This record gives sequence, C-alpha cells and structure tokens, in this order.
Amino acid sequence: MSDTTYTQLLDLACGGLLLTAVLVLWRRELAVIIRVFALQGVALAALVGVLAARESSVELGAVAVGLLVLRAGVLPWLLYRALVGAGPALRETRPLVNVAASLLAAAVLALLAYAVAQPLVALAPAPATHAVPVGLTVVLIGFFVLVTRRRALSQLVGFLLLDNGITAIGFLTTSGIGLLVELGVSLDVLLAVLVLQILTTRMRETFGEADLDELRELHD
Amino acid sequence: MSALGVVGGVLQPLLVAAGAPLLVGVTRQVRARLEGRAGPGVGQPWRDLRKLLRKEAITPRGTSEVFRLAPLVLVATTLVVAVVVPFVTTDSALDPVADLFAVVALLALGTVAVALAGLDTGTAFGGMGASREMTIIALVEPTLLVAIFALSVRVGSTNLASIVASTLHDPARVISPVSLLAAVALIVVIVAETGRLPVDNPATHLELTMVHEAMVLEYAGPDLALVELASAMRLTVFLGLLANLFLPWGIATTATALAVLGGVLAFALKVTLLGAVLAVGEVFLAKLRLFRVPELLAGSFLLALLAVAASFFLA
Repeated sequence: MSDTTYTQLLDLACGGLLLTAVLVLWRRELAVIIRVFALQGVALAALVGVLAARESSVELGAVAVGLLVLRAGVLPWLLYRALVGAGPALRETRPLVNVAASLLAAAVLALLAYAVAQPLVALAPAPATHAVPVGLTVVLIGFFVLVTRRRALSQLVGFLLLDNGITAIGFLTTSGIGLLVELGVSLDVLLAVLVLQILTTRMRETFGEADLDELRELHD
Repeated sequence: MSALGVVGGVLQPLLVAAGAPLLVGVTRQVRARLEGRAGPGVGQPWRDLRKLLRKEAITPRGTSEVFRLAPLVLVATTLVVAVVVPFVTTDSALDPVADLFAVVALLALGTVAVALAGLDTGTAFGGMGASREMTIIALVEPTLLVAIFALSVRVGSTNLASIVASTLHDPARVISPVSLLAAVALIVVIVAETGRLPVDNPATHLELTMVHEAMVLEYAGPDLALVELASAMRLTVFLGLLANLFLPWGIATTATALAVLGGVLAFALKVTLLGAVLAVGEVFLAKLRLFRVPELLAGSFLLALLAVAASFFLA
C-alpha cells in the first residue's frame, strides 16, 4: 500500500468515526442511534484493518475482524433487543441539554481535543498519530452523551462511544496493544453491556420506565 | 482578465438566467411524477413568468422604495454571483469578486433585501416571514462560510476559481474526510437557504409554516416575476456551487469552442441531476417543525467546523 492511499484510507476511517459520533448526538430516535453506533463499529474496524494492512500483521487483522463482529454486530444487536423490549414509548430521548446546544458543545469539545492532543502528536509525527485528536473527540462526545442523556439506553450508547474512542486512540498511538489485552477489553465491554441490559430491564420492571432521574426520588 | 474569463462571464449569467426556471420545472416535474401526477411540464415556470411579466405593475399602498427595490437587488446580486463564480470556465471575469467572502456576502445581501421588503409591507405575514428567514440565515451564513473555508485551507486561497482548479488537479482530495464533512454541511445549508423541504415547503402557502412565501406575499405582476426568477436563479447558483466545489469535472480550462461547449453541457447536466436528486429527496421528507430547524442547522455548522479542524490537523 502506497503512502498516500494509506493516509487517505486512514483519514477516511477517522472521518467516519467523527461523523457517526456527531450523528449519535444529533438524532433523537433510539433505533437510529443504535444503527449509527453499528456504523461507527464498522468505521473502527476499518481503521484497524487499514493499520493491519499497512503493517502486514495477521494478528492485527484478526483483531479487526473481531472488532467488526463485536462492535458492528453483537453490541448493536444487544442494544436493539433492549430497545424492542422497552416498547414504542421509549423511542425518543429527552436530553438534559437540548440538541442544538449539545451540538455546539461538541464543537467546543472537538477544539479542546485538538488542543490537548498536540503534545501527543508532536512526540512522533506520523499519519496515524495525527489522527489521535479524532479519537479524543469521540471519547469526549461519548462522555458528553453519557452525562446529558436521561434514558438508560442512550447512556449505554454514550459509554460504548467512549470505549470506541479509547480503542481508536490505543490503535492509533501504539498500532495494537496485543491480542490478549484487546480480547480482555472487548470481553469486558460485552459483559458491561449485558449487565447494564439486565439492569435496564429490572429498572423498567420496578419503576415502569428507564429514566435514571426517577431513581433519585424515593418510592414506596 | 483572460479570454476564458470573459467567455465565462458572458455565458454563465445567460445560462443561469435561462436555465433556472427550467431547473425549477424539472424538480416540480420529478416530484409530480413520483407522486403519481402528470405534472405541468418542464416549461411551466417560464410560462408563469411570461404571464406575470405582461401584467400591470402594482404595489400595496403605504410601501416605500425598499419594497420596490428589493426584487432588483435580489436579481442583481444573483446575476453578479453567476458572472464571477467558476461554473462553466475555471477563470473568472472579475477575479477579485470570485472570493468566498464576497460571494457569500452578495448572496446574503439578496436575502436581507427580501426580508426588509417583507417588513416594509407592514403585514403580519411579511414580518413573520422576515423574522423566520433571519433566524435561519443567522445559522446558514456562518456554516456556508466555514464549509467552503475548509476547502480553501488546502489551497491557501479563498478564491473560488483556485479552489476549483486545485480540485481539478488533485481528484483524490474529493474523498478526504474534509471534503465529505464539508459536503454534508453544505448540502444541509443549501436546502435551508433555498427554502426546500424539510426546512420550508416551496409548494404551499400555509400561513403557519411558510418562510420565503410569506415575505413575498404582497408582490404581484412583474415584481413577483423578478422575485420568482431570482429564487430559481439562487437555487441554480447554490447547486452549481455545490457541484463545482466537489465534482468540478467537465469545466472548461481553455477558451476553445469545444471546451466551452463541454463546460456548458457538464454544468447543465450536473445541476439538473442535483435538482432531480433534491426533488426525489423531497418526496420522502416531511417538513420539520420550525423549532427543530436551528437544531438541523447547528448540526451542519458543527460538521463544517469539524471539516475545518480536520483540514488543519489530519493533513
């Protein structure tokens, strides 16, 4: 793979990550958010796949396939099942910060990420490290979704966005942190989603809905 | 001023003025066919304009010069933009005016003139339309500037002709994340600025939802013809800008007759295709609530800003 194609494919995958993160913040329907999250999984897997092709590493290629299965297949499927279980009443998120304001906040977060990542990029300037601010932006947007959404399911998507960002940064800076570590992290995420899914179901059974603010008030 | 620039400067405004009503006709026809209607035909907007131009000029009592001058300002600014922006040829007749900021300012001037005319009539609908238009334009202008600015960063110049020429030399740039983000942002603001669905429905005169139609409600006869022609031309100019900033192929780079003919055909084809795509999209979209529009535009502004950020940091 030539240098320019490599840089271009890498940048394209990063653009996909960024665009999907913004779309999660933008859209209200939970079903659409889950679909966008699956697309982000594809972009992340493509990013790792490009790195694998660049370094001709079979191990990294296997990680890319694993990421594709987990983040574009299994996790969205689990989320979708949780959504179907929730019924039609929970289709729309009611964010604490309105969508227009949170989009502008995301713009500020993106600039912050670029400013903070500059020393990291300066350590070893390369096409991959130049893309680190993108990963950091996805982390910050994920965190923002986590703190400003009310529905348990959209908070879960925020958490997974955060994790996608962290994974992207890991691969961009170190070109893979070992198959074993990656496997451990992926299993961890899967477990967290399973536990949270059960928790959401329990909450709905107990309180009638999965609005986390309800938990702050005392009930009989 | 080169020969190519002069050819472009003469051909482009003629092409835009003559083709704009046809473009509107094409979009209406595509929509009608998809909705199962026969449709009035592609030439209907021109026939409407001819009818309106033959009528007597009449203005509401109590309106001032602002009301009478607004259609002229709208047409004039759009014509200047059609002269300078590289649509058919890469050279511009008035190179200093073919600048990103000048072009966006000219387009905004037209919008502001119509909004002032809407206020000048003193009717409830005029004021309502003007206030809505200002809400939209306040978010459209910065997005438009920032999105095209993202493309100009790599070129090192805000001259639209040099942006188009550099994309022509380096086609790989079109699929970079900067281009993609800027393209999405630009499409959203063009839909909002030209008053198409889901922001405004050009086919209705429903009091509660109309934006552009509310401002021009008091116009009649030749003035209305000018306003209609100008809004069709603005649609053409915006679609042409979108087409040539991201897909500039076919544009004439030399002043030979064949190249110029190719440029004209390519421009007409690209704009017609974009118009048809716009019409097909409109069939499947419902109008957005007015309070949701700033949300849509804030999203497109964020995409444009990310495009600028990416052009600095990913490159």
